[in-house]
Amino acid sequence: MSNLYNVSASPHVRSKASTTKIMLDVIIALLPAAGFGIYNFGLSAALVILITVATCVCTEFCYEKLMKLPVTIGDLSAVVTGLLLALNLPASAPWWMCVLGGVFAILVVKMLFGGIGQNFMNPALAARCFLMISFAGRMTAWVYDGVSAATPMAKLRSGATPELLTYFIGNYAGTIGETSALCLLIGACYLLIKKVITWKIPVIYVATTVIFIGIFGRFGFDAKYLLSEVLTGGLLIGAFFMANDYTTSPITAWGQVIYAVLLGVLTGIFRLWGATTEGVSYAIIISNLLVPLIEKVTIPAPFGKAGAKKA
Amino acid sequence: MSTFRGGIHPYEGKTISMNKPTLTVQPKGDMVFPVSQHIGAPASPIVAVGDVVLVGQKIAEATGFVSSPVISSVSGKVKAIEPRQTVDGSKVMSIIVENDEEYRTVEGFGKERDYTKLSKDEIKEIVKEAGIVGMGGAGFPTHVKLAPKEPEKIDHVIVNAAECEPYLTSDYRMLLEEPEKVIGGLKVMLSLFDGAKGVIAIEDNKPEAIKKLQELTANESNITVKVLKTKYPQGAERQIIYMVTGRKIGSDKLPADAGCIVDNVDTVIGIYNAVCLSTPLIRRIITLTGEAVREPVNVNVRIGMHYAEMVKQAGGFGVDPKKIISGGPMMGKALSTLDIPVTKTSSSLLALAKDDVADSKETACIRCGRCVAACPMQLVPTKMAAACRKGDKATFEKLHGMECYGCGSCTYVCPAKKQLTQLFVRTRSEILADRKKK
Repeated sequence: MSNLYNVSASPHVRSKASTTKIMLDVIIALLPAAGFGIYNFGLSAALVILITVATCVCTEFCYEKLMKLPVTIGDLSAVVTGLLLALNLPASAPWWMCVLGGVFAILVVKMLFGGIGQNFMNPALAARCFLMISFAGRMTAWVYDGVSAATPMAKLRSGATPELLTYFIGNYAGTIGETSALCLLIGACYLLIKKVITWKIPVIYVATTVIFIGIFGRFGFDAKYLLSEVLTGGLLIGAFFMANDYTTSPITAWGQVIYAVLLGVLTGIFRLWGATTEGVSYAIIISNLLVPLIEKVTIPAPFGKAGAKKA
Repeated sequence: MSTFRGGIHPYEGKTISMNKPTLTVQPKGDMVFPVSQHIGAPASPIVAVGDVVLVGQKIAEATGFVSSPVISSVSGKVKAIEPRQTVDGSKVMSIIVENDEEYRTVEGFGKERDYTKLSKDEIKEIVKEAGIVGMGGAGFPTHVKLAPKEPEKIDHVIVNAAECEPYLTSDYRMLLEEPEKVIGGLKVMLSLFDGAKGVIAIEDNKPEAIKKLQELTANESNITVKVLKTKYPQGAERQIIYMVTGRKIGSDKLPADAGCIVDNVDTVIGIYNAVCLSTPLIRRIITLTGEAVREPVNVNVRIGMHYAEMVKQAGGFGVDPKKIISGGPMMGKALSTLDIPVTKTSSSLLALAKDDVADSKETACIRCGRCVAACPMQLVPTKMAAACRKGDKATFEKLHGMECYGCGSCTYVCPAKKQLTQLFVRTRSEILADRKKK
């Protein structure tokens, strides 16, 4: 019995896809936005990114060591979480806030619920909202070119005219990664080409937001204002990098549609009538919570519909 | 080009074997004929040790309607009737014939016959007695397929020439080398079903074969060539019926319920040989391929021949194979040894130089949804898998798990390298066994 070959059940071949490769693609896709953030806000932005990413990776590593679990930092998902969280923080965020946010994202939202694939909310956004509620002042202390400044959303609310080119390029006040629509779209295109994401959730989300604000907003379907709504307030980074996070978005085809429409409606509501000017983060984490329910009611009928009547 | 939802595009691997003419090899040594080379009741031996048998002689007969006889492919003396290891690793009662290498045939063997002068029942009887079964891999007795409950409702006879499994090229070679037999076999089948039209369904990665078939069927009013998009599992019965007729069937229906009879290329040639050339099923084409094979090629081989002998005669291995598969890489069976016989359903012998399965490490599901997008049956594999792992068969069934036919697409695309198909196949068979008990 020396010359036996390997046996296993079929299939015997596997695609080259792996979690690590997917995460690496997301990191690559976020680099333009991160680079622009550093260019736009200076070295303090680089420091925020560094501290947040390091905290996230360390937290995962320490937790797994402590709990005697296999260490999974090699899958790079903690790097993605750290990077996304950093891009959602102002460049002026102090180091301890970055650390606190990173620990909250990884420890509370991700690891305590079972690690990768088990978190019930997008960890980066949950941490951002946690920091927002805890340190509202520091989280909204926008500084641009050395002086305190308002975000376009706040300016528009108080009657300023939109400056679309500025919004598109991104040289204005905001969180590190949300300002440059151009850089975010470059990253999104990369992910679409690499088939890491599909167009469905981001496009339906953005479209619903636009239609909702067009119907209920002050300016109707004025293209300039609606474009401003798309380009600013973190809608693009939310739609292309966080709303469609695998773990916290539905896997069923119709579930994705329902989820994306819900996101758009909630974002519209928060933007038009909410206390803060942008509503992307809250819209996403609330919708995240509804994903199990949405999936439950959108299990597709199988090909040939056999068995559909049973159950 | 329109196509079905889901499916995958694995590495094709066909070029290494597709351009070489089929190589005919002759067996050496003992021939092994398992009595169960098909789905259904095993055949029952009708020869005894010491008997002399001839090429084309029936050596085991069918033991029911869903059963199929076994025919000797050589002449010689019956040496033993004993259990021998077969492709799935189990031991099956087998008739061992000592090959005298004279190939003396039974009377009437190879005689030309005009099928139009035969009645439908005569044709079906010939197909049954010739031991013809689905040669794509499943091995369902063909005469059963040809006898649906309501034959007048059959409006499509489909030759499945999709050959969607990576690496396999035997159907392609047959279409190039013996297309008239394929068309002839299809005509025989059409003669059984008045009002049915014949369709040869083929993937668009075989342009030469498509051209040849289109030329040969140009004057056949009742036969068309349907070109399909190259995608796995295009050749799955449910998918090919949908692409040809637009009708969808699930697990509770048979192709005949959708008015279809589907047989693969090799089977149709088998029907032609049996009916028009009085030659029962004694040979088949095997794609001997994979990175570990020195000279990948299609081999025409007598059923019952020893696998290792066939590999040796065809040039052997260039490098040590890590894994050997009978069938394609998506749905074939891994072999622990080559010390087994060629059977009616041995569609290919694939020797891989690296084993993806052994090399991949399972990680946590990240709910990327690739399995959902890949499933040709529109199932939700990751949720079904969660139910399987908990042993929750009720949820598995509620999620339509019984619709899975094990094509392997979900496992192929999974970035977490989860064994999805494997869980489903096992859970399905457990549920079917439970149902039988009730």
